Amino acid sequence: MTEALAGDLIVAAIVAPLLGALLATALPGAARGLGMAAALVTAMAGGGVTAGVFALGPMRIEPGGWGVPLGIALEANGLSAALLGMANLVALGTSVYATSYFGRADKAPHFWPLWLMLWASLNGLFLAADLFNLYVTLELLGLSAAALGALTGSREAVAANLRYLLVGLLGSITYLLGVALIYTGFGALDMAELSQRMAPGPLAASALVLMTAGLALKAALFPLHFWLPPAHANAPAPVSAALSALVVKAAFYLVLVLWTGLFASVVTAAAANLLGLLGAAAVIWGSWRALRAERLKLMAAYSTVAQIGYLFLFFPLLVAMPAGPGRDNLFVALVLMALSHGFAKAGFFLAAGLVQKHAGNDRIAELGGTAQRLPATTFAIALAGSALVGLPPSGGFIGKWLLMQGAVETAQWWWIAVVAAGTGLAAAYVFRVLGQAFGLEPTPIRFVTDARAELPALLLSLVSVGVLGLASGPLWVLLGFDGDAG
Amino acid sequence: MGAPGLSTLLPGAIVLSSLLPGVLIFLVKEESHVLRGVLNMFGAILKLILVGVLIWGVWLGQGFETRITIAPGLDLVLNADALSVLFVTLSTVLWLITTIYAIGYLEHSPNRSRFFGFFSLCVSATVGIALAGNLLTFVIFYEILTLATYPLVAHRGTPDATRGGRIYLAYTMSGGIVLLIGAVWLRALTGPVDFVEGGVLAGMPASAHGQLVAIFALLMLGLGVKAALVPLHGWLPQSMVAPAPVSSLLHAVAVVKAGAFGIVRVVYDVYGVEFAAQLGLLAMLGALASFTIVYGSVMALTQDGLKKRLAYSTVSQVSYIALGTSILGPVATIGGMVHLVHQGIMKITLFFCAGNYAETLGVHRVSQMDGVGRRMPWTTLAFSVGALGMIGIPPIAGFVSKWYLGLGGVEAEQYWVLVVLAASTLLNAGYFLPILYRAWFRPPPPKWPKEHVFPGRFETMGALLWPPVITALLCLVAGILAAAPFSPLEWATLIAQREYGL
Amino acid sequence: MTAHFLYGGAGLILFVLGLWSFLVHGPLLRKLIALNIMGGGVFHVLIAVAYRGDHQAPDPVPHALVLTGIVVAVSATALALAMGIRLEDDDTDD
Repeated sequence: MTEALAGDLIVAAIVAPLLGALLATALPGAARGLGMAAALVTAMAGGGVTAGVFALGPMRIEPGGWGVPLGIALEANGLSAALLGMANLVALGTSVYATSYFGRADKAPHFWPLWLMLWASLNGLFLAADLFNLYVTLELLGLSAAALGALTGSREAVAANLRYLLVGLLGSITYLLGVALIYTGFGALDMAELSQRMAPGPLAASALVLMTAGLALKAALFPLHFWLPPAHANAPAPVSAALSALVVKAAFYLVLVLWTGLFASVVTAAAANLLGLLGAAAVIWGSWRALRAERLKLMAAYSTVAQIGYLFLFFPLLVAMPAGPGRDNLFVALVLMALSHGFAKAGFFLAAGLVQKHAGNDRIAELGGTAQRLPATTFAIALAGSALVGLPPSGGFIGKWLLMQGAVETAQWWWIAVVAAGTGLAAAYVFRVLGQAFGLEPTPIRFVTDARAELPALLLSLVSVGVLGLASGPLWVLLGFDGDAG
Repeated sequence: MGAPGLSTLLPGAIVLSSLLPGVLIFLVKEESHVLRGVLNMFGAILKLILVGVLIWGVWLGQGFETRITIAPGLDLVLNADALSVLFVTLSTVLWLITTIYAIGYLEHSPNRSRFFGFFSLCVSATVGIALAGNLLTFVIFYEILTLATYPLVAHRGTPDATRGGRIYLAYTMSGGIVLLIGAVWLRALTGPVDFVEGGVLAGMPASAHGQLVAIFALLMLGLGVKAALVPLHGWLPQSMVAPAPVSSLLHAVAVVKAGAFGIVRVVYDVYGVEFAAQLGLLAMLGALASFTIVYGSVMALTQDGLKKRLAYSTVSQVSYIALGTSILGPVATIGGMVHLVHQGIMKITLFFCAGNYAETLGVHRVSQMDGVGRRMPWTTLAFSVGALGMIGIPPIAGFVSKWYLGLGGVEAEQYWVLVVLAASTLLNAGYFLPILYRAWFRPPPPKWPKEHVFPGRFETMGALLWPPVITALLCLVAGILAAAPFSPLEWATLIAQREYGL
Repeated sequence: MTAHFLYGGAGLILFVLGLWSFLVHGPLLRKLIALNIMGGGVFHVLIAVAYRGDHQAPDPVPHALVLTGIVVAVSATALALAMGIRLEDDDTDD
């Protein structure tokens, strides 16, 4: 892996899916094949970038040779590479699943171009190094996500995703105003440039507030989460997987980057505590609503609201913890939880989609027979569910352990109560579903009934449970911290 | 990192010896009895051999440790010391016997691949708990045990089973969360909490003592759920809806013992028994244990359902271990540790017999047990051995543990222990002797509730008959040959010597 | 100088007005118009920022941002309208 190759891969990761989207629009008959081919190429490019950052450290390229500030730069650092890797793997699994899910000719030509555009904007977002570029990719992401969500064409789906679109637009325009203020104050958009020019003050603070508000709307932070459950629950299964696992995560990633990087000198403990408080409310409210949900996908959507809340709980701890191995551990734990949730939620939605397809609906109370007839699917739900609750040996468990350790070390005990309550509620709603799998139906003959659909769900869930739970050491290396006892 | 040798691979191999066959069993088709049986027995026998090697090594003072770094500062450690060997051996031997029993018991039941898959996972988790070398590893396997046992409790799929499973989960998950909080707190306070004989916390400054007491309370709460300390025991009688092999496994080997084992580990290898006494923690534990012993026995008196009566008896008996742990002194320690084994083999005998009565005669209640001794003499003989051992009649194993507990109490000048033991013995007699009387001395009813006549000379199926007979023999042997080398008593003495540094 | 502050200030006022309208009004078309007004407000701010004095050419970067922003706003509005039409069709079908 050389620097030059890695640079090419960075560009390829954005260009390949766009090209694929164009071709799939031009040749609708071959949409599925073209889509899958593009998916493979993109996943390899994205994975390659992650491997490159792991081996060589952060890298930055300037396409076209035009330097900043007139040109734009693309950058891959440890954090973005980690999320990029997760996003590409999840997207690949979802693509394989989608080849089986959208079997009928009328939906596939609509799905693939939009899906590839979403993937391109996702990769672009993680690789962007300047604030305005982020706005563009954010908008593109929102547009393709809303369009994909409404793909089924049903009234609920269109209405829910129209609301998502409008809310997303509100978020982006607010973010853009923040960017405009930043440019007014500091005259630069590139993040590396800005970090040298940034100074705390009313302008920087207002910009941060605006940008965070806009992004919080897109990341579905309580109380701005109202649009998420209907939008995710009514979308087709592979789209829900991407929406919950990736799209929402991208907005959160931006909040994280802004708060811990660019605006680190502007952030105050009070502001971080506010985010933490909202996160706590999200955990409790989201988990409670998930428990009350009657449909599997609605439950998963509320679970996403809760899990995003967990991620926001890290902010007050990161701000309160002095720099050192303790803080590094917290940061990695945050990324680990984000990754674990990404894989687990994607696996969960894919499996839920299979259940819905077989049973005709996804009502939890009527799940019993279907769950028993599809053992691989139920197993995927079980694995994903245990990662969501944070049971060992999942990545969520390690993240939760380090989160609570951080809370003890910074003497912010109340967050532990939130985590405990969240875990209890999550266990309740996950096992409410899994309990249905132990009924009086006779045993099925085979473990796997539909490989192309079940294997991606199973593998994605396995990553969140086995791999991230037992072998997360490389994440520390990727993020640039040396592994050290905290 | 040198080349991995036996000492680094053995603990991990012991866990894997049931984990891998378990995973494979899930994939075995429902009809392939032979393949499934082979996988089961292969795993069980392999594990037995590996544990034998372990016993020999630990006896000679050799160290075994498998260490995997999950994340910087968080190591998964499997470590074999004398205490782990005690629990591992109990689990492995009883798993082998229970597997044979389960194969017979579930002969015509559906979903056997699923059952045996989770059964193997359950044992892997138990062995992982036994071999856990630090608090993190312990917590991880403790939670995995909850996850592996839930499907077994809910296995039958009836509304009762579902309800029992839900209650089980509610209790054990809550306990797990509390345990986790305690473990994280301790880790944040002192760094990685490795289990070291004699404890690691004695050197902590006085300012931390308040926190250490609070942490101990949290840990006891978390462990107390599985160990069925009153009032956290509510799940145990409810989970009797599980098939008999599950009840035997849960009560003799896995879940309840895991909780008790955890209590022993925390007191001896984390806090250190003298430090714990200093902080007043042992008094707290002793009070809880004594109350549980008496309460459990009183409740057992009122139960007509046989398995429910045995469940409350377990609630009471497992707290003997906690009682032994709460008294400062090597003799009491020996009593508590050895009861870990003795209660296991006695209780499993009783549950096997209860399962036999249910399967062969449809007898589920004590009131239906008139004259079973005539119809099923061997089973009832095994039951009698177990019951008399529970009461504490020599020369059965239970007598040895009670003797040491009593002696330990006298030595430590805690005379209330004798009162508790005496009360418990009387109550045990009160709920076991009537059963024996009914079984042997009352005439049998004209027709059993649901008789199933098995072909062959014996009173019931071979796979159902031999396990309780074997375990009853073990109870006798453990008692009579208690002074022999490698007996549970001798091993418990070894542990106490190493814990107290004698 | 004051002109450019006024212009920027007007942009901020437009943003707030648009926000109020978005939150208060129900029908889709009004919300879309509100969003576009908000966008217009932000563009005003950017154009104001581009001013570098009477004797220098304005800064081209904000102009590029505004153009991009307009394109994005148009596409987003188009998608929202398409979805709105679909909902109306459903309504008239019932």
